[in-house]
Amino acid sequence: MALLTVTDLRTTFHTRNGVYRAVDGVSFSVERGETLGIVGESGSGKSVTCYSIMGLVPQPPGRIEGGSAMFDGVDLLRCSPRQARSVRGKRISMIFQDPMTSLNPYLRISEQVIEPLLIHERISRKEALGRALAMMEAVGINDAARRIRFYPHEFSGGMRQRVMIAMALVTRPELLIADEPTTALDVTVQAQILDLIRREQRELGMAVMFVTHDLGVVAGLCDRVQVMYGGRIMETGDTLTLFRSPLHPYTRALQRSVPGLQPKGEELFTIPGSPPDPSKPAAGCGFAPRCAFAADACTKARPELELAAPGHAHACVRARAGEISVGA
Amino acid sequence: MADNILELRDVKTHFALHTGFLVKRRAGAVRAVDGVSLAVREGEVLGLVGESGCGKSTLARTILQLVPATGGSVLLSGRNLGTASRAELQACRGDLQMIFQDPYASLNPRMTVFAALAEPLRVHRICPPSEVRGRVHALMETVGLSPRLARKYPHEFSGGQRQRIAIARALALRPKVIVADEPVSALDVSIQAQILNLLSRLCREMNLTLIFIAHDLSVVRHISDRVAVMYLGKIVELGPAEEVIDRPRHPYTRALVSAIPVADPEVERGRQRIVLAGDPPSPIDPPAGCAFHPRCPHAVDRCRQAVPPLVPSGPGREAACVRLGEI
Ligand SMILES: Nc1ncnc2c1ncn2[C@@H]1O[C@H](COP(=O)(O)OP(=O)(O)OP(=O)(O)O)[C@@H](O)[C@H]1O
Ligand SMILES: Nc1ncnc2c1ncn2[C@@H]1O[C@H](COP(=O)(O)OP(=O)(O)OP(=O)(O)O)[C@@H](O)[C@H]1O
Ligand SMILES: [Mg+2]
Ligand SMILES: [Mg+2]
Repeated sequence: MALLTVTDLRTTFHTRNGVYRAVDGVSFSVERGETLGIVGESGSGKSVTCYSIMGLVPQPPGRIEGGSAMFDGVDLLRCSPRQARSVRGKRISMIFQDPMTSLNPYLRISEQVIEPLLIHERISRKEALGRALAMMEAVGINDAARRIRFYPHEFSGGMRQRVMIAMALVTRPELLIADEPTTALDVTVQAQILDLIRREQRELGMAVMFVTHDLGVVAGLCDRVQVMYGGRIMETGDTLTLFRSPLHPYTRALQRSVPGLQPKGEELFTIPGSPPDPSKPAAGCGFAPRCAFAADACTKARPELELAAPGHAHACVRARAGEISVGA
Repeated sequence: MADNILELRDVKTHFALHTGFLVKRRAGAVRAVDGVSLAVREGEVLGLVGESGCGKSTLARTILQLVPATGGSVLLSGRNLGTASRAELQACRGDLQMIFQDPYASLNPRMTVFAALAEPLRVHRICPPSEVRGRVHALMETVGLSPRLARKYPHEFSGGQRQRIAIARALALRPKVIVADEPVSALDVSIQAQILNLLSRLCREMNLTLIFIAHDLSVVRHISDRVAVMYLGKIVELGPAEEVIDRPRHPYTRALVSAIPVADPEVERGRQRIVLAGDPPSPIDPPAGCAFHPRCPHAVDRCRQAVPPLVPSGPGREAACVRLGEI
């Protein structure tokens, strides 16, 4: 059985300008020990998906309209606060793009890294400090014994990211949700952090949900990928298959936009138009207005995510009917 | 060969550091740009890459005279901008323009697109008042915006469209050189490609010279003719973009290139990565000798002794490493 199973998750934001359907019927699962990549452009609902699972959607204006998120028999969207606390922050941890989202600028790092241990495990302060120190060393912070007494501002961006990872891993979670933890970092530091996540994942056998908009990061890190657009999943499959033989036009368009893969001197491939407005949901496929393959059928009904082969699903009616082949 | 439109001669931009609350004492300096020499040819696209804090933005602002150089000189079409008179500077103001990463911050939220584009035309008396309207519409069309949108405000546009407005504003004065500081870093890939295509086309059609700053090497490789790699205030490698990125010579460039994720799982799985230890050191107290030596896998004693100069490392190429022949 999967570690986490999300079914038909729908999260909205009620604002003065209307109702934003940030996540609009998303279903997926994460197996023990695997790395699932979530890619998509800005505003496609990647973060809101994670926040919904972690109970971090600000309510109001946010509202979980429906769906479930089953983690080891517990529905995280509906369980009691006590049940939720026993899972979130202990068995599931999350890291963010900006480490200061999870670090308190006024507290020494030591206090912050031991906090989840003191909350979730019956151990002494001394024992907790020992575990925290070991974790800081494991994430590659030199001179950890001294630096654990530092405040967050005394660390560089890359080091703060490591501290946040240490904090997230200190309870040995079964699932790590990482929301663009390397997007703001230099490629050299990104390589260090990705190495670190890979290594810790092996050691702890934990599953990782890794959110990014960088297809390169997905290619190097993830076992499976799920492509989001306008609050929906467009395609999902194992990484190799999805990159080699994408079936959804959006996946292919995203892939073709990466400048590194295009011959120099030629015009770069572009997707015309701009991303959809989440307050005006389309009747049909959200990508249809920008899709080179769109036909009448695409604007009539909303396509569902359906299996095309074992482990490979997509939500394109034309690909399913065998009318188009997006190629790779 | 085309002439050099922009020339940097040993440019240094240091920021003084002060300690003390009431009595300020000089306590060293941030050597943000520390001896950059570079000749940019007319009509070329020069990419400038390097890690955060290496001095890219400071170099850009120094070229534009937005911060004063503390050493060396910047020459535009042979004229030294540091020693030029106010009138001379005014005369060539329009020749140099800048585009920023965040177009929202560089556009006045209370000005419509029309006002934002008409302002420089009027202030600099580029055309008679009766022609302003036509010029604004032409500028909008040049950057792929419909003139019908002229009465809208910046917040009514998407990030990519706002970057188009910023580009149109930079073009209004018919500059010779544009310095673009991370103009696509905040945009999604699909929008990023649109802006890159636009910049490439404008350079070709208007014979613009472009200095393009980015930290994404694949973007730089695509748009640039040549690329300069910066580390801690200095250029460590320079040459044709494809050459430098496909066959880097300097150990730092090699590490940088090897850290770029490639959007191909098979390539990624078979890849040997040079993972650099540690963060870039501080420009306040840079390491002696080659600033990269503490992180360099090839460093030897010699590297700690003197700052290596840029030396020829291939056709049209230069690199600043004393061990080029040995590694
Ligand atoms: N607090 C909020 N109030 C109103 N709308 C919100 C809020 N948070 C998110 N949204 C909306 O939800 C949609 C999805 O946002 P989300 O942050 O999940 O996107 P994302 O895929 O993570 O994008 P990015 O790559 O920019 O991080 C967006 O349209 C956004 O405007
Ligand atoms: N006004 C200033 N006063 C003091 N130090 C400064 C000032 N402006 C920049 N610096 C320092 O100069 C160095 C170079 O900064 P700069 O912004 O040029 O780097 P960059 O290469 O553009 O980095 P990024 O990729 O993060 O934009 C940094 O160490 C920065 O902290
Ligand atoms: Mg997000
Ligand atoms: Mg900068």
